This record gives sequence, structure tokens and C-alpha cells, in this order.
Amino acid sequence: MIPEIGHFALILALCLAFVQTLVPILGAQTNTVQWMAVAKPAARGQLLFIAVSYVCLTYSFISNDFSVLYVANNSNTALPLHYKISAVWGAHEGSLLLWVLMLGLWTVAVTVFSSSLPRDMVARVLGVMGFVSVGFLLFTLLTSNPFERVFPSPVEGRDLNPLLQDPGLVIHPPMLYMGYVGFSVAFAFAIAALLGGKLDSIWARWSRPWVIYAWVFLTIGITLGSWWAYHELGWGGWWFWDPVENASFMPWLVGTALVHSLAVTDKRSNLKNWTVLLAILAFSLSLLGTFLVRSGVLVSVHAFATDPARGLYILIFLAVVIGGSLSLYALRAPSIQSSGQFEIFSRETALLINNVLLLVAMLTILVGTLYPLFVSALNLPSLSVGKPYFDLVFSALTLPLVLVVGIGPFMRWKSTPVGQVIRRLLKIAVIGLVAGLVLPLMVAGKSSILVTLGATLGAWSIASAAYYLFKNLRQTGRGMHFFRRLGKIPHATWGMSIAHLGIGVFVLGVTFVSAFEQVRELPMQVGQKAELSGYVFQLDGVQDVQGPNYLSKQASVRVFKNGEPVALLLPEKRTYLVQQNPMTEAGIDSGFLRDVYVALGEQVDSQTWGMRLYYKPFVQWIWLGATLMAFGGILAALDRRYRLRLKRGKKTTVADVHERQVAAVS
Amino acid sequence: MSKYLLPVILFFILTSFLFVGLYRDPTEVSSPLLGKPVPQFSLPRLADSEAMFSEDEFLGKVSLLNVWASWCVACREEHPVLTELAHRHEVILYGLNYKDDTADARQYLVEHGNPFLASAVDASGRIGIEWGVYGVPETFVIDKNGIIRYKHIGVITWRDAEEKLLPLIGQLQNETS
Repeated sequence: MIPEIGHFALILALCLAFVQTLVPILGAQTNTVQWMAVAKPAARGQLLFIAVSYVCLTYSFISNDFSVLYVANNSNTALPLHYKISAVWGAHEGSLLLWVLMLGLWTVAVTVFSSSLPRDMVARVLGVMGFVSVGFLLFTLLTSNPFERVFPSPVEGRDLNPLLQDPGLVIHPPMLYMGYVGFSVAFAFAIAALLGGKLDSIWARWSRPWVIYAWVFLTIGITLGSWWAYHELGWGGWWFWDPVENASFMPWLVGTALVHSLAVTDKRSNLKNWTVLLAILAFSLSLLGTFLVRSGVLVSVHAFATDPARGLYILIFLAVVIGGSLSLYALRAPSIQSSGQFEIFSRETALLINNVLLLVAMLTILVGTLYPLFVSALNLPSLSVGKPYFDLVFSALTLPLVLVVGIGPFMRWKSTPVGQVIRRLLKIAVIGLVAGLVLPLMVAGKSSILVTLGATLGAWSIASAAYYLFKNLRQTGRGMHFFRRLGKIPHATWGMSIAHLGIGVFVLGVTFVSAFEQVRELPMQVGQKAELSGYVFQLDGVQDVQGPNYLSKQASVRVFKNGEPVALLLPEKRTYLVQQNPMTEAGIDSGFLRDVYVALGEQVDSQTWGMRLYYKPFVQWIWLGATLMAFGGILAALDRRYRLRLKRGKKTTVADVHERQVAAVS
Repeated sequence: MSKYLLPVILFFILTSFLFVGLYRDPTEVSSPLLGKPVPQFSLPRLADSEAMFSEDEFLGKVSLLNVWASWCVACREEHPVLTELAHRHEVILYGLNYKDDTADARQYLVEHGNPFLASAVDASGRIGIEWGVYGVPETFVIDKNGIIRYKHIGVITWRDAEEKLLPLIGQLQNETS
């Protein structure tokens, strides 16, 4: 009964999504107020029914209802409760349901926070979001119904993919989807503006916090995915350029470009065309990512079950949504006028360079990811791409990008006095270079040209962000107490600086871990010791451990440094009973400056095991840097300007004008 | 006007590729090398870089050549299948270690077990180009006369092994050389 309620609620949600698409947009075109007013209740009702449906599926999981095919395929009575709840999005059908749930949440958030926007704008935005929802609900109901029953129902379920039975993976997909789907808001705003023919900077100002929040979610999602791979896959890597990883990284790159170009459009009324295009692209890439993962066009370790019918549906949907928006763009963009001139040496230029670099980075990944597809479709003689290609191309692009990150904040809008900026940058460059030369020697006692380059870039970015904060601190609230002055600095300034600092931290982490990581692979007897980078690892024994739905061999390894015990690590090799997959759980002692990492390999004889020992300096800085970026994003989105505007509405006050002048000067 | 049309044009070119890709099994791509003798090459062996590995190795028996690398995530996925093929079904398996660091590659085999009779080291990827490799992993089936008879792209699943590779190997073994 419960699954049928869920199914029925989903159909009702689809009906409401249709209404939410058609009525408000027609209302906006014909200026019929009553029709436009339908948007909000329709959106809220739609979310309600999707939520009901989602709860029904979750209930089916918790109650072990194996007559539901999806539950039978992805759960098991022995599966712990928290994994039963997260198993809802453990495979294709359920993750689509999560997708539309997220879309519903974002849409309702728009209805809540848009009271001060022009009525026709809100109607169009909600209409566009409703259309996206129609697409995904239809897709779910027609090709991927999670409530499908199976008769006779199996007694026991086939269990959740063991790879997904990890705390990191419980929150990784929802975060990622929040980011993907979040870009639909900016997309809807852009399309609404194109439809209405009014592309003033209001839409840019309004989209800004939405885009930043979506970007923050995506950043967190990608970071968690990388952190999960490090812990769960057992070979100490943190990024694999797998097609599915790339699918989430491409919208992130374009989203990052969008965050920056929105600043130009908001503050300077410039680059409007470009910003609209980026808003369309960011969401298009989120959709493309979904297509790549779902259609089985590319071979990937992460890919869910593949089915050409599903692929075809998404492809048609892509063609309608992306093709339609880009056509609308081609139609309307020529008439959009960007006001405001800027000189070559200005913040606008710096942001434009940042945008171009990010877009080129995205394109190289797109080409690299789809390369096998092009080759097979054209029957070309082939070249190979893979990690070597991505590593090379991407490091080459990161260099100028990080360089611009350090320069950008010191540039002023419109035009910048060259001499002053160069004097400041010289100081930062000197700090960066000294740090680049010294840090590697402090970390590892050795260096090379590449390591120096990486460390210099990282330090450059950190020094630039710190110096920028310092400069702002000196200029605000003279004579006040230090902490009050800290509080006076706008959230946006804090946010930007912390995010840029995060980039530096990330670059340092990547540089040091790839240059100085140590690994040793050896058979170890119980009681034997092995040394790596000053750490002594002692294998004390291997026990059998019984988990709720797996059996495990758990080694206990004590780690010493200078004779002092540092950590007790418990790496495991698990065999999940239902799917019979072996899984590794690495034993990791994480620290600010280094991780020691032990993975348990094959059993050699009764007393001997293959062991892999890693020393990974600064590896946590990779995720620390990414977390700082996300944190900076949250601060920036919380900036006072956006909150004031909520209360004040569309009326431009004297204070607003003043604020913009101040912002233009700083 | 024209520059604003560019995004939509590019997008539809991309879409047509995606459409074509949808109806191709990514694991089955015709290779111009099918039915042809293996390309001539000479590469150092992974176990002993002094000794060389050349195309003569393939003569007189049915064998598989698996293109792998330690940086390749998907290879780890298919490794248990390869091991099973080599140990239980006694399939002769060679490896082409592709664009890899030799030390990493050796470690990889120590850690995961070595199903290969021998692996050739193609550090620059040049020989890979001659074989028409466009991604890792790929697997070639080579008959007793050193002719490439089948190419599998991507991970070999248990099903691929049972339904495609093993029947084909059995059939090739019955052919006279």
C-alpha cells in the first residue's frame, strides 16, 4: 500500500509541475496577475507530494519491503538502519527521486525569498524550474520508477553496494545534488530575464547569493567524494579523473566562473551576455553530468546500471532544455547592452581572465572525458587520454589561474593605478618566493624546481589573501578596538579572502603530497616492524571481526616515532556477505602536517600479510583548502548587502547607491 | 548575431556525438587491427627491464593482452576477473603496462597479485598507439598465429568473461595453427 501511495504522490507532483510551468509563464507573457499567482502554491504543493513520495520510499527501505524491486536490489535485513535510509539514493531510481526533492526544496526557497522581486520575474523563474521538474519527474515515472513491485517478492534483499556503505557516502550525493540542482536557480533567473527581455543588473544581484550557495554545496560534495575515495578505496589517492568525478568537476569550474562574472555584472553592469551564458552553461553541465552517469555512454567505475532508453530520454531532455536555452540566448543576447567601459588594467579584466581560464579548464576536461566517444563515433585512429593527460593539462592551467587569484583583489574596478598595484604585488611575490624556497626544505629537507613552483604559487595565494585582509583592516574603523575592526570588514571581503586562502592551502597540499609522499609495500609477519619516513610500524596481529553484514580481517598496527607510540591503526579487509565483494578499510592517523596510512593486503601465509604503508605529508591540506573555499563562499553569501536588499526590496535607497560607490572604490 | 549562435551550434554537434555514443556498446568498438597480425614491437619486461618482450611471444598459443596501469581505477575493478581467468581457467594472460611508473606498476602487482605471464612496459605510450589503445583497460584476444581476433574495451566483468571471452578462447584453441 505504502509504495502505491508514493507512486501516486509522484504522479500528482508531476501534474502540479505541469501547472507550475504553463500557467505562470503564460500569465507573465499576457500580464495576467491571477495566472502568475499560481506559481507559488503550485511549487509548494509539488514539494509536498514529492516529499510524501520520498518518505514512502524511505519507509519501504526501513520496513524491509522486498516486494519493491528497488528495495530488494539495494537493501538487506542485516543492513544497519542509517545505511537503509541512505540506500534510498544508493542507485539510479532513488537518486532521481532525491534530485527532484532537492529541486523542489530550491524552488520553494525561491518562493520564500522572492517577495520583493517583480511579479512577472518570479512567475517566469518558477515556471522554468517547474519545467525542469516536469522533465525529471517524467523521466522517473516513465523509465525509472522506484516503486515498481516484484512478484513473487524475494525473502531477502541483495544488499547495498558495499562501496556505498561508508559515512562519507551517506552525505556525499545529497551535497553534490544540492549543488547541481542549485544551479537551476541561476539558470531559471537567466532564462526568465531572457524571456522577459529585461536584462538589467537586478537579476544578477538576485542570483548572486543563490549561485554562491549552490557552489558551496557542490564544493562540499566534491570534497567529500574525494575524501571518501581516499578512505575507502584503499590506495591513498584523492582524485582519479574518473568520468563521474569529471562530471561533477565541470559544473564546479563553470560555477566558479559564474560567481566571479556575476560580481562584474552586479557591480558594473558589464559582461551581461557572458554571465547569462555562464548561468546557462553551469546548469547545462549539471544536466550533462547526469546524462553521462546515467546513460552508460562512458565506462566508469562509478556508473550506475545502464540502459539506452534512459540515456535517450535524458538526451532528448538535454536537447530541449539546453538547446532551447542556447537558442533563446542567440535570439535575445544581441540586444543586450552592457554599459560601463573598463581599461585593460582593471578588476574587470582580471575577472575576465579568470573566467577564460576556468572555461578552458572545463573544456579540456570535457574533451578528455568525451574523447573515447568522439573517437568511436568517427572511427579515428586513436590516442590515449587518462590520468597522465589530465594531470599535465590541468597543472599547466592551474599556474596562471592561481597567479590571477593573487592579483585580482588588488585591482580596482574600471581602471587601476599600475605602479601602486605592482608595488603591492612585489611584496607578495617576494613572500611567496621565499616561502616556496624554504617550505619544501622544512617539510622534506629537499626540493626541486616543480616543488618550488608549486609551493611558491600556494604561498603567493595565501600571502595575497592575508595582505588584502590586512589592507582592509587598516582602512576600516580607524581608532577602534582591533576586534571591532575585524567585525567591520564586510562579510564578502572575508569570504573572498578565505576562499582564496583555501586555494593556496589546497595547492600546497597537492604539491607536498605528490612530491614527498612515501610508500612501502611489503609482507609483514605478526610481530615484525617496518620503518618508513621516521615512523616505525609494528604488526601486532590480525583478528576476525564480525560486522552487521560483513566479515572482516582486522589488523592492529602500532605506529611509533622516536620510540614513542603515535597511533594504533586498524586497517580492515571486509567481505560483504551478500555481494561477496572484498572491500578495504584503510587505517589512517590523520594529522595537520601528515597522515600515516596503512592498508591490509592479501594473506601470504598464516602469520604473514601483505601490507602497504604510506607517509603522506600535508594531504589533509587538500580537503582543508577545499573546506576553506566552501566556508569563504558561505561568508560571502551572508554579506549584509544581500540581507538588506531582502528587506528593502527593489527600491534603491540612498544608502544603496552610497554602498555601491564605496564598493566600486574598494 | 553569428557569435551568439556559436554556443547552440557547438551544443548540437556535441549532442549528435552523444546520440551516436548511446547506441554503441562502449565495450565493443571495431578496431582496424581485428583480423590482422599483432603490430611489431619490442619493449622491456616489467619483471626484468633487461629482457625484451616482442610480438613473437604470442605465437603458438591463444592468449590475452591486457592493457593496464597502476593509475587506472577501472583496472582494479577487473583485476579479480583477470586473476580468476589466469588461475582457474588457465588462460594465458600478458600485460601491456601503459604510461606508468615502473615502480608503481610492480607494487600494484605485489599488492593485487600478478595474473600475467609477463608484462611489457610501454612507458611512453608509443606502442599503445600502434595497438590502437585509446583508454585503459583494454583487452585483446590473440590466436595461435598471432592474429588479433577480438578487442574488449573497458572493464571485463564476470559476465563478459563467461559469455564472451571464455567461449571465444575455447573456440580459438580448437583451431589449428
